[in-house]
Amino acid sequence: MGAARTLFEKVWSEHVVVEETPDTPAVLYIDLHLIHEVTTPQAFSLLRDKGLPVRRRDLTLATMDHSTPTTPVSSIKDLLVVGESAAAQVRQMQQNCADFDIELLGFDSDQRGIVHVIGPELGATQPGKTIVCGDSHTSTHGAFGALAFGIGTTEVGHVLATQCLLQRKPRTLAIEVDGQLSTGVGAKDLILAIIGEIGVDGGTGHVIEYRGRAIEALSMDARMTVCNMSIEAGARAGMIAPDETTFEYLQGRPRAPQGAEWDAAIARWRALASDDGAEFDRTVSIDASRLEPMVTFGTNPGMVVSVNDPVPDAAGDPSFQKALDYMQVDTGKPLTEAPVDVVFVGSCTNSRLSDLEQAASILAGRRVADGVRMLVVPGSQQIKKAAEDIGLDRVFTEAGAEWRESGCSMCLGMNGDTVAKGQLSVSTSNRNFEGRQGIGARTVLASPLTAAASAVSGHVADPRPLMDRS
Amino acid sequence: MKPLRQLRSRTVVLPTRDIDTDQIIPARFLTTTSREGLGKHLFADLRFAPDGQPRDEFPLNRPDTDGCEILVAGNNFGCGSSREHAPWALLDYGIRAVVSTEIADIFRNNSLKNGLVPVVVPPDAHDFLLANPGVEVSLDVERAELRIGDGAAVPFPIDAFARYCLIEGIDQLGFLQQQMDHIEHFEEQRPWTP
Repeated sequence: MGAARTLFEKVWSEHVVVEETPDTPAVLYIDLHLIHEVTTPQAFSLLRDKGLPVRRRDLTLATMDHSTPTTPVSSIKDLLVVGESAAAQVRQMQQNCADFDIELLGFDSDQRGIVHVIGPELGATQPGKTIVCGDSHTSTHGAFGALAFGIGTTEVGHVLATQCLLQRKPRTLAIEVDGQLSTGVGAKDLILAIIGEIGVDGGTGHVIEYRGRAIEALSMDARMTVCNMSIEAGARAGMIAPDETTFEYLQGRPRAPQGAEWDAAIARWRALASDDGAEFDRTVSIDASRLEPMVTFGTNPGMVVSVNDPVPDAAGDPSFQKALDYMQVDTGKPLTEAPVDVVFVGSCTNSRLSDLEQAASILAGRRVADGVRMLVVPGSQQIKKAAEDIGLDRVFTEAGAEWRESGCSMCLGMNGDTVAKGQLSVSTSNRNFEGRQGIGARTVLASPLTAAASAVSGHVADPRPLMDRS
Repeated sequence: MKPLRQLRSRTVVLPTRDIDTDQIIPARFLTTTSREGLGKHLFADLRFAPDGQPRDEFPLNRPDTDGCEILVAGNNFGCGSSREHAPWALLDYGIRAVVSTEIADIFRNNSLKNGLVPVVVPPDAHDFLLANPGVEVSLDVERAELRIGDGAAVPFPIDAFARYCLIEGIDQLGFLQQQMDHIEHFEEQRPWTP
């Protein structure tokens, strides 16, 4: 018997091709490489310059999500709504995938969507895999017990050419979440509270493992929301041990193992959880039962309060004051008095079917307040169809919200879906950075429930009073 | 990648904490398919007003920071997105090293692959650099030391392999390709296939 090992250590050690030494990093094998149009063009240029093929096309999956319109695309003209340069980038992706013979889930596929939504949805994301993508929110896939992290374009080139990366082994951070989330408080509130607790650099150099009863009780959609924002705490990755919830989600998905292979996979996956007594470099404990709906008030996700708590003042900290000045929020008062201009439900954080259901549960029979624009962008074309099958699209449009095609959309505004200067946006996305949703846009991060409650109220709102319909 | 052994430069200082990659280069400039010419968009919304006019108060717009190759920034520089456009933009503008008390993981990795040196220093040295913009600094990558003026050398942590690649100007892909026998062997003997 070896020493007790963590989930991370098990996945890491199983993928080490060449051990690290003081002089050289480890060579780490990558099981799944997800690629999209924004962070790959320069990597394909490198392959062309060096005359290299893509080494493992079968482990590479492409889609387009960042620069794509959220209006339907059936021709070049439809594509141009995003502007010349974004449209050119999309066409370059189509060309690169054609030239290098890579499977592209593009506009002709009903499986297209946000890269971190479709990997799990198709069953390509699986426990124990190493997964990378040129996108920091690759941490999402850790919800399945995969080791998944974002890389830059040079590293995208490395993986395309060799299926490997040079990596130093990160440290481990256990986040133990006990207790039970209250009604109206969800995974988004939990991860915002965690980032508020440990800070936007609290996870730097670490892989987080989320554990404890409150994590075990979460659905896969909710676990993905938690792991998605690991990078907002600076962590390399976030992981959750696979369990029955994980297996139930994956069973029968098109790229998940089938038949005898499924049984073998389950046996392998069950052994991945951290052993009793496994040691982490650091441990942080959170009590889920004390949490309330959370909203950010500043310009990073760690600047967060309970929705009814007052916004703190800067106490002489110039960086904090700069954020407050940008956001134009009043300190000493809760954000619930802040009028809202835009509400965005979407992004790789909160665009899955259960997120849309939660937003719709608030909007049903209500109207988006006058003067508020609400945009609902499903995470994938499959989620769009599933939502339409149960009538969610009608709930949104009858309430006065816009119902769109899938994509990253207003999370980062690369495709023209932007928030205007000075406008306040309540957004289910992951970053409230200055200018993230548009030049001068002011972003409040929140859960789908809180976003929908804010849309109907016309100001930032606690969703809980709107949930009781008895 | 150009080799970088030593560098002597005055500093330009951005004291704010948590400067994220959306501030370093906003997403609307990521629709490019090239890595060239991004320096003109570096810190776009901090450097320029919405009408395109330079903001005089922004440190990079002050004439005395012309030619500075070392950027000193607040804690946790480069957090957020994995966009390699951030180090590309800094390098294209002329910055060769970033000094802070903490530098975000992905940004640090991306920087090292392009010849931009991430330099993490202790709080006292950082405080001095923040309080003295424009001070002359010597960076010795081979020794992994930073010297402020004629003061004592401040050592900084840097991965041995990354340092070797920086001072030799080596592309890490070549090293990975040399491991191909190991990679093929790994694929043949692993107990399950993805």
